[in-house]
Amino acid sequence: MRFEVYSHTADAGVRGVGASPSEAFEGAALATFSLMADLESVEPRLKFHVELSAESLELLLVKWLNELISLSSLNSVIFSRFDVSVEEASGGFHLSAEAWGDKISPNMELREEVKAATFADLKVEKEKEKEKEQWVAQCIVDV
Amino acid sequence: MAISMLKKISDNLWEVPVGSVEGMRVPARFYSSETLMRDLDERAVEQAVNVATLPGIKKYSIAMPDAHWGYGFPIGGIAAFDPQDNGIITVGGIGFDVNCGVRLIATNLNEEDIRPKLRSLMDALFEGVPAGLGSEGLHLNQSQLQEVMLEGARWVVRNGYGWERDLRHIEDGGMIEGADPSNVSKRAKEREANQLGSLGSGNHYLEVQVVEEVYDPAAAKAFGLEKGQVVIMIHTGSRAMGHQIGMDYIEEMAPAMKRYGIQVRDKELVSVPFNSPEGKRYFSAMNVAMNIAWANREMITYYARQAFSKAFGSDPESLGMELVYDVGHNTGKLEYHDVEGQKKLLLVHRKGSTRALGPGREELPPEYRDVGQPVLIGGSMGTSSYVLKGTLKGLQETFGSAVHGAGRKMSRTQAKKEYRGEQLVKELERRGIIVRGHSWSGLAEEAPDAYKDVSDVVSAVHQAGISTMVVKLRPLGTVKG
Repeated sequence: MRFEVYSHTADAGVRGVGASPSEAFEGAALATFSLMADLESVEPRLKFHVELSAESLELLLVKWLNELISLSSLNSVIFSRFDVSVEEASGGFHLSAEAWGDKISPNMELREEVKAATFADLKVEKEKEKEKEQWVAQCIVDV
Repeated sequence: MAISMLKKISDNLWEVPVGSVEGMRVPARFYSSETLMRDLDERAVEQAVNVATLPGIKKYSIAMPDAHWGYGFPIGGIAAFDPQDNGIITVGGIGFDVNCGVRLIATNLNEEDIRPKLRSLMDALFEGVPAGLGSEGLHLNQSQLQEVMLEGARWVVRNGYGWERDLRHIEDGGMIEGADPSNVSKRAKEREANQLGSLGSGNHYLEVQVVEEVYDPAAAKAFGLEKGQVVIMIHTGSRAMGHQIGMDYIEEMAPAMKRYGIQVRDKELVSVPFNSPEGKRYFSAMNVAMNIAWANREMITYYARQAFSKAFGSDPESLGMELVYDVGHNTGKLEYHDVEGQKKLLLVHRKGSTRALGPGREELPPEYRDVGQPVLIGGSMGTSSYVLKGTLKGLQETFGSAVHGAGRKMSRTQAKKEYRGEQLVKELERRGIIVRGHSWSGLAEEAPDAYKDVSDVVSAVHQAGISTMVVKLRPLGTVKG
């Protein structure tokens, strides 16, 4: 699994790439929080549990990132590690995940607040990369 | 290619005519200049064209000279929809930072008064105004928060943090009707409980500036501004409340849109009819965020007045710290406008566009009504800002709307590669501008060269006559979020 932040004029794009939708979702979350802090400075001390459903993988990705952004702001926490399971369920898809992070502190190298995940440039797809099939999960986030 | 469809109408106006792209209901219009048009982003043009296809749109889909690639609408985009003609409401036309806006506070100090104390003043502001990721403002219990959601800046004044006369100089008196906290999620309320009076991060700031040039002495006088005067500009929005309301409703509207049979060319333009249950709920929740943003800027004004008081050993009244004006640039508002000779109540979406009402509008306080609304344009870090005034031409052509700032031309990631926060701060200090920031990488993203030249943007608006220049402001010190 890998993650990256890609260019957008006003905001930023976040992308996760992995062997499964679950891994791609983990990557997209890491990319999002890498905009907020240097993740090496964030110890995974506190654990949060997330359960979500949506009719499509795309909507599930937006809900997943928004839930993390929202939990981060509510609890003054930056997340730095994720364990995600995305499965097909009746009426769409279900996500069950653990997110680990730590309370915001002066020891962290903080960056920018991410306001929300958007539907812009949104996709969750299987793509061929160097003869290998990979799942990509991406969208623009409002910074 | 949308950009090749642009036709020049006049020196400052270009248009993509109806019929250029399937489904366009109105033309897409671009206010700009030859210079700025050379850098116009293809994707911003496409976004303005996408907006032109939305149900109930009236007259034009409009993009300002600072328009750039956003999500849904271009940033610097305006569109008005008629609720009586199946007009829609969309989160993609307002944004997540609802009622992000600018306010300008006067002082009776001049640059010479402030220079010797500038460093200690900026320290006092940096210490006194909560800013940066995770910063906290006033802690409110849920019943206090409920009051702020309904009363906006009035609550701040009622509780002794602001002046009664401030309210006259806030758009809508700092409190909009039709806000319904019961349509706001528990999560949004919980997140906002410690946010009132905080700047946030990103491109938000508080800046101490000096009036460098006066272009329109009569309007400047009406706004209480004169050459050499020190002023304070605040740029921030509705914080976590606005963000969460945007998230909650975009997720709710996505499935609802299908039921209403609305087709959009971009997923982020997810829309529902304004008069649908979902549309009404979102509008009433969004109005809560409008109130929160005005309350937030009023509360920050309290902290700024305290910091000035501390630095100058004098009370804010004696320092003449009167509110010039406060106006939003990420809003969805019901306003009367002329459409084909008829006065119609329209839902005007302004995404990165400042409301700029021309003279005569009853929304303006009597002291500004003959002049036109003060239009506050924040420049990028280290560059000039401007005060303009709304015009009758702006009312006719752009639903009384203008630019909101310089507009980015370089992405945040690219800016971070090209600039270092530490270096920028040193360079600005050499030019006599003191910067206090919470994040070096955040400062690098806001490098002045990452933005279009605000003077070009403002000139284009002035030449187009949709708002005209009143004064230019030069920065002395900035607190960055």
